[in-house]
Amino acid sequence: MTTFANSATEVTPVEMITVVIDGFEVTVPKGTLIIRAAEKLGIQIPRFCDHPLLDPVGACRQCLVDVEINGRAFPKPQASCTIPVEPNMIVKTQLTSAVADKAQKGVMELLLGNHPLDCPVCDKGGECPLQNQAMSNGNAQSQLTGYKRTFEKPINISSQVLLDRERCVLCARCTRFSNQIASDSFITLNHRGALQQVGIYENDPFNSYFSGNTIQICPVGALTGASYRFRARPFDLVSTPSACEHCASGCDMRTDVRRGKTLRRLAGDDAAVNEEWNCDKGRWAFKYVTSTDRLTQPLVRNSEGVLVQASWPEALAAAAAGLKGKRAAVLTGGRITTEDAYGYSKFARIALKTNDIDFRARVSGEEEGNFLAAKIAGKFDVHYSDIDSADHVLLVAFEPEEESPIVFLRLNKNFKKRNLKVTSVATKGSIAMDKLKANFIKVAPGAEAAAVATVALTAKSVILLGERASESIGLISAAIALAEKTGAKLAWIPRRAGERGALESGAFPTLLPGGRPVADSAARVDVAAAWGIDSLPSEPGRTTHQIIEALSQNELDAVVVGGVDARDLLRSNKVLDVLKNSFVVSLEIATSSITEVADVVLPVAAITEKSGSFLNWEGRARAFDAAVDDSHNRSDVRILSALADAMGESISLGTVSATAREIAQLGKWDGTRVAFTTVNEGNALTPSGDQAILTSWRRLLDMGTLQRGEDNLAGTRRQTVAVISQKRASAIGVVSGDQVRISNANGSITLPSLVEDIHDDAVWIPRNSFGSQALIALDAVHGELVTVVKA
Amino acid sequence: MSKLTPVLSAHWDQKDSFTIDAYKRNGGYAAAVKALAMDPDALIQLVKDSGLRGRGGAGFPTGMKWGFIPQGDNKEHYLVVNADESEPGTCKDMPLLMANPHVLVEGVIIAAYAIRAKHAFIYIRGEVTHVVRRLNKAIADAYKAGYLGKNVFGTGHDIDLVLHIGAGAYICGEETALLDSLEGFRGQPRLRPPFPAIAGLYARPTVVNNVESIAAVPAIVANGAEWYQSMGTEKSKGATLYSLSGHVNNPGQFEAPLGITLREILELAGGIRNGHQLKFWTPGGSSTPLFTAEHLDVPLDYEGVAAAGSMLGTKALQIFDETTCVVRAVLRWTEFYKHESCGKCTPCREGTWWLVQILRDLEEGKGSEADLAKLLDLCDNIMGRSFCALGDGATSPITSSIKYFRDEYIAHVTGAGCPFDAAKSTLFAEAK
Repeated sequence: MTTFANSATEVTPVEMITVVIDGFEVTVPKGTLIIRAAEKLGIQIPRFCDHPLLDPVGACRQCLVDVEINGRAFPKPQASCTIPVEPNMIVKTQLTSAVADKAQKGVMELLLGNHPLDCPVCDKGGECPLQNQAMSNGNAQSQLTGYKRTFEKPINISSQVLLDRERCVLCARCTRFSNQIASDSFITLNHRGALQQVGIYENDPFNSYFSGNTIQICPVGALTGASYRFRARPFDLVSTPSACEHCASGCDMRTDVRRGKTLRRLAGDDAAVNEEWNCDKGRWAFKYVTSTDRLTQPLVRNSEGVLVQASWPEALAAAAAGLKGKRAAVLTGGRITTEDAYGYSKFARIALKTNDIDFRARVSGEEEGNFLAAKIAGKFDVHYSDIDSADHVLLVAFEPEEESPIVFLRLNKNFKKRNLKVTSVATKGSIAMDKLKANFIKVAPGAEAAAVATVALTAKSVILLGERASESIGLISAAIALAEKTGAKLAWIPRRAGERGALESGAFPTLLPGGRPVADSAARVDVAAAWGIDSLPSEPGRTTHQIIEALSQNELDAVVVGGVDARDLLRSNKVLDVLKNSFVVSLEIATSSITEVADVVLPVAAITEKSGSFLNWEGRARAFDAAVDDSHNRSDVRILSALADAMGESISLGTVSATAREIAQLGKWDGTRVAFTTVNEGNALTPSGDQAILTSWRRLLDMGTLQRGEDNLAGTRRQTVAVISQKRASAIGVVSGDQVRISNANGSITLPSLVEDIHDDAVWIPRNSFGSQALIALDAVHGELVTVVKA
Repeated sequence: MSKLTPVLSAHWDQKDSFTIDAYKRNGGYAAAVKALAMDPDALIQLVKDSGLRGRGGAGFPTGMKWGFIPQGDNKEHYLVVNADESEPGTCKDMPLLMANPHVLVEGVIIAAYAIRAKHAFIYIRGEVTHVVRRLNKAIADAYKAGYLGKNVFGTGHDIDLVLHIGAGAYICGEETALLDSLEGFRGQPRLRPPFPAIAGLYARPTVVNNVESIAAVPAIVANGAEWYQSMGTEKSKGATLYSLSGHVNNPGQFEAPLGITLREILELAGGIRNGHQLKFWTPGGSSTPLFTAEHLDVPLDYEGVAAAGSMLGTKALQIFDETTCVVRAVLRWTEFYKHESCGKCTPCREGTWWLVQILRDLEEGKGSEADLAKLLDLCDNIMGRSFCALGDGATSPITSSIKYFRDEYIAHVTGAGCPFDAAKSTLFAEAK
């Protein structure tokens, strides 16, 4: 028997081994641990320290079994989580060996001997491996009657993670996860013997972006989340499989709801994507759904110019009246589901008769638009598994730990397991680069393209291109050229969860759904026929920036805005001014800068309240059902369908599932793609004196609107600093920690400095962190001159 | 003729035995010169032929251990000497290093050369400052003399020796925990395989040997395998240090061929302290099952002791006479194991916690006969279930003492307390 590697051309034969467990034969690949081989037979050997994604440690000794090889029995029971199967091995578990059964019961008794019997108040009670296995593999009575260890409880090992030491069984899953998977060695086992305990370093709390996973894999209630502690009993929760809305990694998730309220979210299990992990943002940033600024009623601007509550029919009528027959466009953000994006796309083409629609509610450019249409839309050929088989991964304008954390975990796994070579073309070094021991090609902001051209790749390499590549002229062209020259695979990793789905749904000025080019008449006919209309607008649409410009020039009258924050755009004050003077229909979950200037506000459902799907960066569909069933269960597409009906221009998308069916029926374009036109590298800036070239990116945990209301999570954010090189620090006379002021004609930001590995010409600030909102303060993010002085 | 065969201890009576001058005066470092002229493989074969077995307790053939190091693998090899002597009762390596540190240094030079290691380490327990000072001085003198460092003895070979001082953890005597500690981590035993011979210190092929094993090497090189083989018994060759302590008239180190009996050693040591009788004793430190007077004629070699139900261990012969309460002695040892359990695995960490509580109650007369069954059941759940031998060792004194002195445990229960006068077992009791 063989197993197949992901690449279709490669077949890697794996040696198979047959062993006998409890009298049953099972054949498994060489290297399989006994405990895992037993699982294949449905034999559950109890365990605590064992975890399939962590290296074996054999610490808890719960999984002891009798083992015999070639007729020779081990003199004592062996930990089945540490021993790989061998030919002629006979294993007797607790089911057939009295010795193994006694050994397991003995270990269980010792674990329980010191465990507090506080199950009735413990978060884990009801879903606890210790509780469950004590029932299945433990003695009913304990003979241990002396003193148990007690500790002060609980202690915060971060603002989000709490530790109850007396509940801990010291299995080291948490410390091993942090070491082996996240490379965040912030927690460790301290002290000796019975006093051994999980601890943090004196001055460094457990501020890992992945800390929540330790709570999930803790086999007892020792680690709990501050946000969930004492909130619910597991058996009172209703669990719904879901997907994460926070980034394009595409984590499988589980949302647990009690009486209409989301109480926690857990990492789901998808070996192809997130394995069993997720990041802390995905796990904990869901309070925005229940925050006080949620919109619950439609709002309409009355004759005095004040937004007042309105009924749905009134609001829809007002919106329809304002849009009908007007020159209108659609602005939609990267957070919407594929189905909602499809709704906006169809609404623009049918109800507004325009291709003026763009999902890129961020800094973007023409080169990117061309790239997405020519090279990304409709192509699904790079996957996580390509990272597993790559000989070299090149990161371009992409900071994986901050911008797509599960991509980071996959890179890290490959670095740890097989020393994967990673190169990053970037303006500044990072913690992730250190962890990956990445080859850091340091460039000045704007000079990335030339550096990319020099990287040596092969046909087995993978280029991961971040969405920030659009901020450096010619960079995308350089990455494409490199991929074409070397045969390396090229993947585009946007930051937001909905961008890829929006692209594929045609929420884009030059593409119809399925990657069909607007300019291609056959493509238009295709879609028009499917939609049952005579024709589609043939004029390519405007981009986000062009739509704003057209509104300001009175070339457009109205705009439908969904899931956009003006603060994510350049010249956001101007954007808001323009919108104030236009007719704006806003579909939003909560009040925002846009809803404040809108003429009609239509409240829509947040992610846990609706069904739908995202396409992650691979283009893999991540479908989910509504976890919370209440009156907000209105996906954008349903509202748009009602609005189109009110305008007399039906788009017939009454439900999310009907929308999904229509998307599937339409399928993807197999005709000619848009051609890509290479863009030459921009002219490098030469800063002089106190000048520097600005560079920035978003931190994973920052001022993002979807992180609102989760203070415990916010407590684990990385420090807001301005990063400068040693040379610059000396020149302006500062050392790390001194305040520096970064300014341009638009404003200034003053931050503590951090002297780190960054290009001498550059200054880095977090793009949207507390005290450092580049777009708002400087109206610039990357590649523009700023002045850096000691504050 | 005396039963003693002083080799390691031959010159301990010289006042300056620990100096390089004295060592050389007595023929020291000649073996290193001889060895460095030999083929390393021939050296390994010589040690194999000598029958030398590990003196740290397990008795694994030393030459075979050296032979496990893959040769020609283009990797650094390391030699690590385990000088973390911490077992209760064990006191052979420290006196040896106090009196003759150079014999270890010379052994290190030979062993490192044999296994093609350029770096050797001695991991010594941190509490023995006086020994550390002597060893440091010996190493410095050896460097000065050109016996260590670059081009040792002008042979073109490089051997560096580092003395690493432990922080006082018994577990660091376990070879893989020692390696973790040496690398700067908390000392906890590692999962095996890989064994140190394949991936030891810094994941490189490593030999970990006890002080006495390495110290025995120069004499073997100097006198040949046959000479070494001429001492000892069929499977336990050579001579070794027996450390006699406790209720004897003349405690101390007795270097004798393997296979000598306690009766013979006691004769050399002037017997049990006057007016008293042997009650129980450990053949190899507190983690080896106890013996009683009925074992006086057990040959003290690896096979002989094992056949009698215990282990030769470190040949730490702790002698207790009839004034000693066995429950009290076992409780003290158990407290030690509880304190020294590293905490990695459940049986040892949790088991020793409960053993101490039950034994303490028994000793104070608060126990019951059922507690004996409980103790034995707990020991059964620790012995052979824990990650390393520390847990196993913790059960030995308990199970063996209950085996031989069950009545004495019961007496604590029925008499509601200890029937012994603890003061009488002290060594100063007779002097009053």
